[in-house]
Amino acid sequence: MTTVETATGEAKTMVLNMGPQHPSTHGVLRVLLELDGENIVKAVPDLGYLHTGIEKSCEHLTYSQAITLTDRMDYLNPLGNNLVYCLAVEKLLGLEVPKRAQYIRVMMVELQRISSHLVWLGTHAIDLGAMSVFLYCFREREEILKIFERFAGQRMMTSYIRIGGISVEPPAGWRQMVNGVLKMLPSRIDEYETLLTENRIWMARTKGVGYIKPQEAVAMSMTGPTLRAAGIPYDNRRVFPYSSYEEFEFDVPTRTDSDCFGRYMVRVAEMRESLKIIKQAMGKITDQGPIKAEAPGIVPPQREKMKTEMEALIYHFKIFTEGFSPPPGDAYVTVESPRGELGCYVASDGSPRPLRVHFRSPSFINLQALPNIIQGQLIADVVACIGTIDIVLGDVDR
Amino acid sequence: MKAVAEVIEYHGETTIVVPRELLRSAGERCRDHLEFNLLSDATCVDHFPIEPRFELNYHLTSLPKSAKIRLRVRVNGSDPVVDSLISIWPGAGWMEREIFDLMGIRFNGHPDLRRILLPDDWEGHPLRKDYPTQGFRDVPASASYLKKAST
Repeated sequence: MTTVETATGEAKTMVLNMGPQHPSTHGVLRVLLELDGENIVKAVPDLGYLHTGIEKSCEHLTYSQAITLTDRMDYLNPLGNNLVYCLAVEKLLGLEVPKRAQYIRVMMVELQRISSHLVWLGTHAIDLGAMSVFLYCFREREEILKIFERFAGQRMMTSYIRIGGISVEPPAGWRQMVNGVLKMLPSRIDEYETLLTENRIWMARTKGVGYIKPQEAVAMSMTGPTLRAAGIPYDNRRVFPYSSYEEFEFDVPTRTDSDCFGRYMVRVAEMRESLKIIKQAMGKITDQGPIKAEAPGIVPPQREKMKTEMEALIYHFKIFTEGFSPPPGDAYVTVESPRGELGCYVASDGSPRPLRVHFRSPSFINLQALPNIIQGQLIADVVACIGTIDIVLGDVDR
Repeated sequence: MKAVAEVIEYHGETTIVVPRELLRSAGERCRDHLEFNLLSDATCVDHFPIEPRFELNYHLTSLPKSAKIRLRVRVNGSDPVVDSLISIWPGAGWMEREIFDLMGIRFNGHPDLRRILLPDDWEGHPLRKDYPTQGFRDVPASASYLKKAST
């Protein structure tokens, strides 16, 4: 049992248990709240209800098998998780990914960012009592998930990004599908803004709620929209570009109010920026070209080659039975997930299974600052604050 | 004692290995003189059975200079204790709790060193290499020596 020590020591405070089965904690988060009337004196988050030992399981699998586990961490951002893991392993191997595959990766990850922000916006709005926004957001998210299904065969656990490239060629008619979403979304995002941004109830529930000082946010290692809403323009896509992000033109939206409203505005602006990136990526993706790196023994050979070439058959067998062995060493890669800086640390000892895989999950680290954010707030605002940090419990507990 | 034991450059990443005793002062130097103001991540690797067994990695990011660096400390399995960096980067709090929980490293000066992901009454530290991937439930009695090794 986790116990809360009363900060004041007086009998007038009471301890309230919120979660783990509470709809507005977005999963299974438990927060112990010490209350003085309606005000929070102290908050202690209690996690681990969804811990599945993914890092340990990765050590038991080959490098390519572990990709399927990364999907299941942050289940709103599986493509981003695939990407960061593959980038780390590619760095270990010194593998160069073809440009075409890089652009497809960028497009998919940005679509994922929009779909993740849509889920966030819908659930955050429903937490604060705006039911209809939730329905609209999920309607649009469905269209994006249909694209993932066509590309990868799966709506959520895609495992689409593989070491050395992507798993399959984009499907026929993909441009039309993505164009459809690109055309639809700008007006829909305007609709959400009409519903929320100037809404008096929305402003009353979010403006000035959950303030955190910029220096404090950096000291607590916060990243992502929460940090950018505090006025610090730190975005991995801009500062440490990966997967050819340096070739794309986009803005990093920031705000200075650092409250729940600011974080909402930053995320809405990010959706529009993602649309810009997708449009550019579509222009850069050629109809023909390699989607996988030329790396025999690491990247599985094409099916046709396996039937005609002995070498290809041997490599295929080796990759799927034994795996491949990167040279001993380690690599740490960070990408910008919808929630913040997503990092992956992979260490190799020269064997076909990783020595250590560690994920720096943005939800886990951002959640750490929750007690600082909600201290002194009203109990009703706790829900708004948990919502705007945008945690995914699968990502927190791994 | 030399302040920096070793500098490793690999795949464009710089790793600075410091002795365990100097970890906190090295961290302070990184933050105050080199402007590494964001502690991106802290993690630990178990090299069992090689000694020094544990390798702690602190990934630092400098927002003003757009740079990354890795601080590394090697710790023996017989005495897995290092200084906590919570006084330099308060964000280290949960990262260190996670390492304590899963790897069993103790942090000097951490105000709230409890398990974070596993239940409080869990035995052993699962990310150690001498802890079986399947846990201890299905280990036959003849292999009970495994259980001794992790406690």
